[in-house]
Amino acid sequence: MTTRSNALPTQEMTINMGPQHPSTHGVLRVILTTDGEVVTRAVPDVGYLHRGLEKIGERVTYAQYMPFTDRLDYLAAMNCNCAWAWAVEKLAKIEVPERAEYLRVIVCELNRISSHLIAFGSYTADMGAFTPFLYAIRERERVNDLFEMICGNRLTYNYARVGGVSGDAPPGFLEKTKEFLDYFEPKLDEYNNLISYNKIFVHRLANVAVIPAEEAVAYGLTGPNLRGSGVHFDLRKDEPYSVYPKFDFKVCVGTGERGTLGDCFDRYMVRINEMRESIKIVRQAVAQIPDGPVLAKVPRVFKPPAGEVYFRSECPRGETGIYLISDGSVNPFRLKIRTGSFVTMSIFEKVTRGLMIADVVAVIGSFDIILPEIDR
Amino acid sequence: MEARAIFDMLKGKFGDAVVELQGEGCSPAFVVVASAAVKEVSRFLKEDPNLSFDVLMCLSGVDYKEKFAVAYHLHSMKHRHAIGMKALLPHEAPSLPTVDDVWPGANFHEREAFDLFGIVFEGSKDLRRILLPPDWEGHPLRKDYKYPDFYHGIKV
Amino acid sequence: MVGNADLFVNWSRKSSLWYLLFATACCGIELMQAGASRYDMDRFGAVFRATPRQSDLMLVAGTITHKMAERVKRLYDQMPEPKYVISMGSCANTGGPFYKDSYCVVKGVDLIIPVDVYIPGCPPRPEALIDGIMKLQKIIMKKKNYGAKA
Repeated sequence: MTTRSNALPTQEMTINMGPQHPSTHGVLRVILTTDGEVVTRAVPDVGYLHRGLEKIGERVTYAQYMPFTDRLDYLAAMNCNCAWAWAVEKLAKIEVPERAEYLRVIVCELNRISSHLIAFGSYTADMGAFTPFLYAIRERERVNDLFEMICGNRLTYNYARVGGVSGDAPPGFLEKTKEFLDYFEPKLDEYNNLISYNKIFVHRLANVAVIPAEEAVAYGLTGPNLRGSGVHFDLRKDEPYSVYPKFDFKVCVGTGERGTLGDCFDRYMVRINEMRESIKIVRQAVAQIPDGPVLAKVPRVFKPPAGEVYFRSECPRGETGIYLISDGSVNPFRLKIRTGSFVTMSIFEKVTRGLMIADVVAVIGSFDIILPEIDR
Repeated sequence: MEARAIFDMLKGKFGDAVVELQGEGCSPAFVVVASAAVKEVSRFLKEDPNLSFDVLMCLSGVDYKEKFAVAYHLHSMKHRHAIGMKALLPHEAPSLPTVDDVWPGANFHEREAFDLFGIVFEGSKDLRRILLPPDWEGHPLRKDYKYPDFYHGIKV
Repeated sequence: MVGNADLFVNWSRKSSLWYLLFATACCGIELMQAGASRYDMDRFGAVFRATPRQSDLMLVAGTITHKMAERVKRLYDQMPEPKYVISMGSCANTGGPFYKDSYCVVKGVDLIIPVDVYIPGCPPRPEALIDGIMKLQKIIMKKKNYGAKA
């Protein structure tokens, strides 16, 4: 019986996990250098969806830029819309009516639920289980119906405006939201019973790509990727914005329950638990929402004062930071969007050393990246 | 810690390398630093126990028409405070030392600043174009960038 | 007799259009949702394939950038005949919202590969996508494969 050291000498292969791939969550190219099935180096090659959103921002007005923020992270478009609105309002010091802030929080948290549903569904599909994907889309369609009620679109909402939101919730929206939450809450237990603790699924995720907390902080990871490593940091609690201080919810962190703290399973479970917390927030928001206007008075030709502001908000994939420089004219002077997925890709090469090719797929799924966020 | 206190601390340690504090209209406030001293100041900001800025939130290139700038946004997990750092660069051959040995996550941001502005980060372990194709000509986010007419035969 | 052979071949082609899962941007999500629970595309015989070598329909869904353009052409060339292309969404039709100001978006995928059906929308609803596939099925039914060339 030959041991590994007596085995035949092998040569390293360079394989292209190309831009068109069912498991790369978009047009991501990974150049794998492998020794058999074990990856020695995995270099991500991004930029296949670079559309120049930052240059476009310098050529359109602040209000005209709102639809472009939809296309930034289309699975959490409400969060991106609201992040842009909050950044501009911070720059120009605009007071937003309270009902508008509540509506923003309701749609942002509903969008967090639907984004995590896709993350859950596509991750299990990558691992080989196709059924949870169909269940997740079934739930997501109900959220799409709610959004269609409030703003007319299923995916690229363009709902927030500088100073508020574009339209009030139509009659019946809040009741339908409550109905959806009552319907959806037991589904999370159903998903846990279906797939989360399945022996094969746990075996594929546990102890894969462990990221210790110090490394996660050093590389600047944010959102569920950071919390999966055990770091207790959530922008909604630690640097609260909008009306988040009024809600009572827990910050979900990884616990290392089925492997090591900071592995893929922890990041996955953080997302499942975050859906539960989002349900809590929406319930409280629907109960507390006041009456009133939904849009502040903002001049038609909007020229904010000159200044520089950095605003960050908690989007489902991490922190979306908008660094906005204004020179007093109708167009932004410089607009830089820092997204959670972009920063997560910087740790990709380090984390995939020594894994099998199939584990690389597990890592990409657990990071829950989305390419337009990386490429802008 | 307040921005003014951080600025005074840095000024006391580094003297002339720390130029000024841009607090008016800037949130968070910016400490403007000479470009050659960026690495030492960054290391101090990260390692000093009263500051401990262990997270680089964002590294962006800016084209201020007469000059370039690199803006760093820093955050501390321990003390939960934030500060900005800015280094101003000339238009011809903008370059400054890299900070990817202080904050490893800076590498991707620096590659993006290089790709879109042409700012060279000396000592970077991997500085190549990240978002645009490797044979793209020019740096698009510069204010004087002219859009090309064709790329590989396809109209731009 | 030839007419019947045509009919039979066209009917079998239109009833099992296997599409390449090529989703770049937001339209890709509508494509996924169209193939999933509520707007099931499987009932049209259209299942997704991950590789171009086993598919006969390429649904270009999403923005095509200059970096990606060469790969789109290569994927199209890898598909076996007969092959069809549906351009889904504004970005694939003409460049979409990025037409005016972006420096690296291809202004329409028909600058790279020939397109059979264009589906407008940003993103088009799954019903619009299914309507586009049905239009493609009509086009396929009209094709003459055997007999004298018209």
